[in-house]
Amino acid sequence: MTVQGWLLILVFTAIVVALVKPMGAWLFALYEGRRTPFHFVLGPVERGFYKLAGIDPNAEMGWRRYALHMLVFQLATLLFTYLVLRFQDVLPLNPRALPGMSPDLAFNTAVSFTTNTNWQSYSGETLSNLSQMLGLTIHNFLSAATGIAIAFALFRGFARRQTSGLGNFWADLTRITLYLLVPLCIVYTLFLIANGVPQTFASSVDATTLEGARQTILLGPIASQEAIKMLGTNGGGFFNANSAHPFENPNALTNLVQMLSIFAIGVGLTWTFGKAVGNTRQGWAILAAMLLLFLGGTAITYWQEAAGNPIHHAIGLAGGNMEGKEVRFGIAASSLFAVVTTDASCGAVNAMHDSFTALGGLIPMFNIQLGEVVVGGVGAGIYGFLLFALLAVFVAGLMVGRTPEYVGKKIEGREVKLAVLAIAVLPLMILGLTALAAVLPQGLAGPLNKGPHGFSEILYAFTSAVGNNGSAFAGLTAATPFYDGLLGVGMWIGRFFMIVPALAIAGSLAAKQHHPESAGSFPTTGPLWIGLLVGIILIVGGLTFLPALALGPIADHVAMLHGQLF
Amino acid sequence: MTTTPATMFSAKLIGPAVGDAFRKLNPAELVKNPVLFTTAVVALLLTVLLGLGGEKLSFAFQAQLIVWLWLTVLFGTFAEALAEGRGRAQAASLRATKAELTAKKQVSGGYELVPASALKRGDIVLVETNDLIPADGEVAEGVASVNESAITGESAPVIREAGGDRSAVTAGTRVISDQIKVRVTQEPGQGFLDRMIALVEGAERQKTPNEIALTILLVGLTIIFLIAVATVPAFSAYAGGSVPVAVLAALLITLIPTTIAALLSAIGIAGMDRLVRFNVLAKSGRAVEAAGDIDVLLLDKTGTITVGDRQASEFRAVSGVSQGELAEAALLASLADETPEGRSVVTLAREKFAVVQTALPADAEVIPFTAQTRLSGVKLGGTLIQKGAVDSILRANPGTGTTAQATELRRMTDEIARAGMTPLAVAQDGRLLGVIALKDVIKAGIRERFAELRRMGIRTVMITGDNPLTAASIAAEAGVDDFLAEATPEDKLALIRKEQQGGKLVAMCGDGTNDAPALAQADVGVAMNTGTQAAREAGNMVDLDSDPTKLIEIVGLGKQLLMTRGALTTFSVANDVAKYFAIIPAIFVAFYPGLGALNIMGLASPNSAILSAIIFNALIIPLLVPLALKGVRYRPIGAGPLLARNIAIYGVGGLIAPFVGIKLVDLVVAGLQLA
Repeated sequence: MTVQGWLLILVFTAIVVALVKPMGAWLFALYEGRRTPFHFVLGPVERGFYKLAGIDPNAEMGWRRYALHMLVFQLATLLFTYLVLRFQDVLPLNPRALPGMSPDLAFNTAVSFTTNTNWQSYSGETLSNLSQMLGLTIHNFLSAATGIAIAFALFRGFARRQTSGLGNFWADLTRITLYLLVPLCIVYTLFLIANGVPQTFASSVDATTLEGARQTILLGPIASQEAIKMLGTNGGGFFNANSAHPFENPNALTNLVQMLSIFAIGVGLTWTFGKAVGNTRQGWAILAAMLLLFLGGTAITYWQEAAGNPIHHAIGLAGGNMEGKEVRFGIAASSLFAVVTTDASCGAVNAMHDSFTALGGLIPMFNIQLGEVVVGGVGAGIYGFLLFALLAVFVAGLMVGRTPEYVGKKIEGREVKLAVLAIAVLPLMILGLTALAAVLPQGLAGPLNKGPHGFSEILYAFTSAVGNNGSAFAGLTAATPFYDGLLGVGMWIGRFFMIVPALAIAGSLAAKQHHPESAGSFPTTGPLWIGLLVGIILIVGGLTFLPALALGPIADHVAMLHGQLF
Repeated sequence: MTTTPATMFSAKLIGPAVGDAFRKLNPAELVKNPVLFTTAVVALLLTVLLGLGGEKLSFAFQAQLIVWLWLTVLFGTFAEALAEGRGRAQAASLRATKAELTAKKQVSGGYELVPASALKRGDIVLVETNDLIPADGEVAEGVASVNESAITGESAPVIREAGGDRSAVTAGTRVISDQIKVRVTQEPGQGFLDRMIALVEGAERQKTPNEIALTILLVGLTIIFLIAVATVPAFSAYAGGSVPVAVLAALLITLIPTTIAALLSAIGIAGMDRLVRFNVLAKSGRAVEAAGDIDVLLLDKTGTITVGDRQASEFRAVSGVSQGELAEAALLASLADETPEGRSVVTLAREKFAVVQTALPADAEVIPFTAQTRLSGVKLGGTLIQKGAVDSILRANPGTGTTAQATELRRMTDEIARAGMTPLAVAQDGRLLGVIALKDVIKAGIRERFAELRRMGIRTVMITGDNPLTAASIAAEAGVDDFLAEATPEDKLALIRKEQQGGKLVAMCGDGTNDAPALAQADVGVAMNTGTQAAREAGNMVDLDSDPTKLIEIVGLGKQLLMTRGALTTFSVANDVAKYFAIIPAIFVAFYPGLGALNIMGLASPNSAILSAIIFNALIIPLLVPLALKGVRYRPIGAGPLLARNIAIYGVGGLIAPFVGIKLVDLVVAGLQLA
């Protein structure tokens, strides 16, 4: 580990903390439906949408209605993208005359982008420009906006009193897209273009390499997709190499900004939550718990990657583990990127996680298994985290001798039931689908490597899919009907079996009375609470995966220490 | 209670509890506790598998695992049986009382002797001296002194009379003088006595809302761990091995929250039981939980904040009258007044002004206090001395109202009221002499209690009939947060509603029929046992000692119940970390020998590690039974410090204890070569 490496991590963390309040305040304005400076330009667009669709943006929706509208919308856009991908060969903007996608791959890809997972069983190079821009990029915006809208609905559940209304899904979706994602992406895209990221409709250029060979390098509207890929914690790269590709991520500055943009909205939402419930310290406490888990993970991964592989050392290869990493970024920036992208359910990568050391690769996987609640996907992170907060309040809150309360709302049987339901989906799908793949021949055909490392590849794939992360451990041949189908189902359930209970909780909480905080209330702002949150997330969210991790990365690690590789 | 509390582990209780523990294995009953039910199903499965044979493990090892799994279930049912047994001993004596009740039921033209169980609502029964009252009801006619010790444990008789706030009588209590006619207000089998028996026995105990929520959480955790364990065979198959079913079962049972599940109902029963021992009957477990959540306590001034009786503290004469003259008149007016206030006037006059007169002359005519005149006095020869509320005296002596003395008197009255005292005016033959200041005596230590409550976030509101000036002064002296002066029952109800609209939970106590709406509206309404039937029906708790101060303790007991649940849940969940570290390496070390590194406790062998974890998991239940029954100690130190304390003990302790415990068990297991 180097001083520069740690400096990068600390500078990154400091900027993240500095971003919290401005981002949070921006989001809060949208949460409240207030005017923003962009209304001047985009206000007519917003009203135009409502008029076209015949929507009253002020009509309050109960949780069932909110959930129903959201689900119908997801299914409709899912179908749209599926059709675009299947028939890209006959649709315009296909200069390379690419064929249509196979049904299983199109299903997997459509689900993947609808659920903000952006798992890529396909290779980015096999998509037409129309498929990229229309089929996928709309989801990059809409799935991100959906996640934030769900978070808003849940915040309203906590903040409102004795009402059934959670806001209006269409208004939330439109405002978040128009007044947050679009303006941010325009600025971000220009920044990326300035740093050399291509933005063109030309499909490729031909270059002559130093050896004199001719190489065809693909081009396209990369910068614009890159911006929303990061900001919306989508992660689906234009190229298969994702942010390790120089056209996606040209230099150290873009690398830092990309990492920051993954966290920006997620951390901002913690502040928005605090503001919504009338006490920003509530939001800071959540952020502190997230940052503790983030820094812990970063420290372990960086330490393991910098320590390198003793087997390599024995044959004279000194230094850390550089396998699968870009020399432009090095160990610290790659380790940090890996932790950020898995904490935040982004899934963009600038190094191959499969090539990390066993424990260095365990952390990204474990981050996702915790439920993508360490900052997490935009919106998804905070609503997932709040489910754990409810659980933590319920387990420990009784110890102050009162019925558990969180930000003024009593937590009772119904909330506990729904929270447990949502949280149990993760181990059920991750472990269940991994178990299926680990015994069926179609599953066993997937992994590249043998032994515990091969097991890690399967486990990581399902972890990434169900957690809606989308990063790949690589090594696994996932573009088969078996994996396409199972991963697709995993992504869908991992997303919506969490969202629907979260909305139901919001509905149940909104109907409740608010109980003002007193000296007898369970304190949910101090260090004790932060420690408690971390403990509950690790024990309930993490320990469940210990048997699987023991047979995967942990076994891999101890084998490495004994001089065995897989 | 007439029975002495049985000690927790007396042989008298343990014997039957062991029997009941086995009876509770009945699946229909066990299924109410899903975690224990799961454990029993797993134990049964392993027992059957052992019978079938074919597992790779040794018979002795499997047999031991099975025995400990069954013990885990039995320890749980035993804890519940023990908690119930403690209540049942008390119920037995109540039931004996109930069995012998007969009634003299009024029929046309006389009375007929019928068993009490045949009485219906509306029947009139005659109860004579030394009869037991056969059913709950209201005195329809007459007045009698009643010994209620069978219910309250208090042997001093109480007066029960028709009309007013002291008309309610309870089945099983004995009339010791006079006779009364009682109108039955209960349906057969639904009386106070029946309810009390059901309550202390824990029979038909309904799970409380919080208990239901906690059970849901425990089921949820069980499902999560079931998933974690059920997928292990597939993962093991990938690693090229297999894990015996018995070992998987051991992993599952140690991970699911058996500890808290086994103790959950015992905690609830013991919580109710503590309340009963405290002579408070809660009509539902929900009320006990609500007590822990209380934000606002409405406390009656008299009897709770001040000792019941005011004491004369000062004589203030108007100008032209000497203090001695006033003192003597006050003494004469009070000699016949047997109330504590009257006696305190006599005492003050004797001590401060050396008035020696000790008895009224024989020809004195006493004017008794009536609600209409609101004054009392005495006629001595031609002299009339009156004592009473200032307004009453002025009204009774028309013509004095506009005099300079009257003006002075009013000024004094205000001063006295502002100082938190109650003024009584004295007049002699239509001449105003002055005022007696009666002082409320604040109970010792009550100020500290209120400070404690404030630290716990509970606001205290004093309810009093006094005027606002007096009330403010007493409120300040006693240290309550707020007061409601000149309070009518309607004011109380309005205050409760206002607090509740602000999201507060309110507790109060009351005894009169006009308190009933407020008692019903309050989240915790404690009715005094001496109160009317209407009040006792409206409240969700009844205090058999009729001591309004108890409200404060009731809140503490409610908190204690919730804290005990939370502490043991946290302990149970925290325990899982160590159990993983015991069993995971034991299972997987056969596939990847390097995983032995996870055996950080250095347990002797895979089999001993598994057995030790299961044994620890089972033994921790009886070890925690005393805590479950006694309850976690409640300290009024504020939520933050309380949480820090409990997390240190039950959270951090729960992380560490099993590491130590499993290691110790492993030393024994290895030493005895059990595995």
